[in-house]
Amino acid sequence: MNYGKEFMKGLIRENPVFVALLGMCPTLAVTTGAFNGIGMGLSTTFVLICSNLVICLLKKAIPQQVKLPCYIVIIATFVTLIQFLLHGFVPALYTSLGAFLELITVNCIILGRAEMFASKNGVVASVLDGAGMGLGFTLALFLMGSIREIFGSGTWFGISIPVLETHTMSLFVMPAGGFFVLGIVIAIVCKLSKKKPPKKLGCSACPNAAVCSAKCEEAE
Amino acid sequence: MQLLTVSPSPHIRSSMSTQKIMGLVILALLPAMISSVIVFGIRALLLIVFCTAVCVLSEFVCQKLMKKETTVQDGSAALTGVLLALNLPATLPLWEAAIGCIFAIAVVKQLFGGLGCNFANPAITGRVFLLLSFAGDMTTWVKPFYYKGLSFGEMLSSNGNNAIDALTSATPLASGDAGLLDLFIGNVGGCIGETSALALLVGGIFLIAMGIISASTPIAYLGSLGVLSLLHTLISGGEMSSVLYTLLSGGVMLGAFFMATDYVTTPITTKGKIIFGIGCGILTFVIREFASMPEGCSFSILLMNLLTPYIDRFTMTKPVGAKVQEKGEN
Repeated sequence: MNYGKEFMKGLIRENPVFVALLGMCPTLAVTTGAFNGIGMGLSTTFVLICSNLVICLLKKAIPQQVKLPCYIVIIATFVTLIQFLLHGFVPALYTSLGAFLELITVNCIILGRAEMFASKNGVVASVLDGAGMGLGFTLALFLMGSIREIFGSGTWFGISIPVLETHTMSLFVMPAGGFFVLGIVIAIVCKLSKKKPPKKLGCSACPNAAVCSAKCEEAE
Repeated sequence: MQLLTVSPSPHIRSSMSTQKIMGLVILALLPAMISSVIVFGIRALLLIVFCTAVCVLSEFVCQKLMKKETTVQDGSAALTGVLLALNLPATLPLWEAAIGCIFAIAVVKQLFGGLGCNFANPAITGRVFLLLSFAGDMTTWVKPFYYKGLSFGEMLSSNGNNAIDALTSATPLASGDAGLLDLFIGNVGGCIGETSALALLVGGIFLIAMGIISASTPIAYLGSLGVLSLLHTLISGGEMSSVLYTLLSGGVMLGAFFMATDYVTTPITTKGKIIFGIGCGILTFVIREFASMPEGCSFSILLMNLLTPYIDRFTMTKPVGAKVQEKGEN
C-alpha cells in the first residue's frame, strides 16, 4: 500500500470540502475568520485521526448491525476530549466555535472516513488517511476563512489590512457570502485541477466512487 | 419568377429584436433619468453613465474570456447598468457602484450562461449585493437639490466635503413625513431613479402602450400592495392617504414597471405574471411593515425571481386540442 498516496489524496484530489462537498455545515458557519477556520479544522483533524485509529483497531470487534452507534460513541468521546482541551486552553476559540465544536460528532467527513476507509484498511493507512483528510479540511476552512475575513472585515488573523480595513464588504461575513465564496473557490479548484463537468451523471462522476461500498449500475 | 421560401413554422415573424426591446426600455427610462438628474444633479448623470459603461465593459470582457460570441450590442448589459444606477443613492462611491455592476453582469448573468439564462434579474441582484455589502453607503440619502450652491467638483464627488454629510436625510419610507405631491413628482430623498413616480409612470405606460411589457404584472403588484396597505390602514386606524404614500414612496414604481417585467426572470403566462405580481406585492408589504428594513421591493422581486420556474410550471398553458393526461398514464 502506498502510504504517501493515502495521505496526499485528502489535501487536494479528494479534498472533503472542495471535491467531496462533505462537512458543509462547519465550512459555512465558522469560516468568518481565518483563525476560527484553522481552529475548527485542527479540532476536526484531531478527532478524525483518533477515531480512524480506534475504529480501525476495533473493526473486528464491532458487530455489523450496530456499527453506526459504535462509531458515534467513539467519535463523541474524542469530541468531548477536544472540547475540554479547548475550553481549558483556548477559551476564546471555544466561545467563537460554540455549538459547532460539539457538532463535530455528526460531521459527515468523520463518519464517512470511518465507514469508507478505517473499517476496511490497516492501522497506518487509516491514521494517514485521517490526517490527510483532516488537513485537507483545515486547508479548505483556512482558505475560506481568510477570503471572508480579508474582504468582509478587512483583517487577517485579527491584523488589520491598510486599504481593505476601511473598505469592507460585510456580505462576505454573512451566510450568503459563505455560499458565494464556497462556490467561487470550488470553481477555481475545478479549473486548476482541469476537471471538466461530467457529461453523464453516474457513479463514475462521484468523487467517492473509488471507496464507495454501494454497487453501482456501471460496475455490473 | 419569384422564389418562395419553404420553412417550418413559425411563419409569422415580428420585426422586434432584442436590441429594439432593450432600446425601447432604455427610452422608457429616459423620463426617470432626466428627473434624477434634475433632482440630484450631475452626480446622478455620472452614476448612470459610469454604471452603463462598467456593465457593458464587463459583459464584453466576460464573453471574451469565456470565448463566447460578443453580444454587447444587444443593449441588455447597458439596460442592466441604467437600471442598477437608478437603484443607487446619489452619493455612492463609484468603486462600490463598479463592484455592483461587475457582480451583476459577471456573476449573475454571464456565469449562468448570459442573456436568457440568468435565474435572477442582474440589476436587482447587484443592488441587493451592494445593499448587504455596503449597508452604510447604500442607505445614505441626500436631500433633493442638495447640489445647489456646491461647486462643480463638489457635485461630482461622492463625499469628502462636509456639506453633503450635513444634508443627508432619511428616505421617505423611513421618515414617513413627505408630502404626497412631492412623492409623485420626485422632490424627496432616495435612490436616484425611484423618487419620481410621475416619470416612472410615464415610462411604464409607454412600454405597455408599445406592447413591450404586459400590464398584468404592474397592476397585480401595485394592486396587491395597495389592498394590503388599505387593510393595514383600516385595522390600525390610520389615515387613508397612507395607502397612496405606500405606493408612491420607495422603489415600488420602478420595480413594478421595469424590474418585475423582465422577460428572462419572470413568468411567461398571464396567469403566472399575475401570481408573480401578487407575490411581489405581499412580500414588499410584509418586509416594509414587519421586517427591520424600510424597503423590501428589491428583495421581494428577487425572491419571486427564484419562484418563477415553479410558477411557469404550474401555469403552463394547454396546447389547442391536446389530450389531458390521465393520472398514472405515462
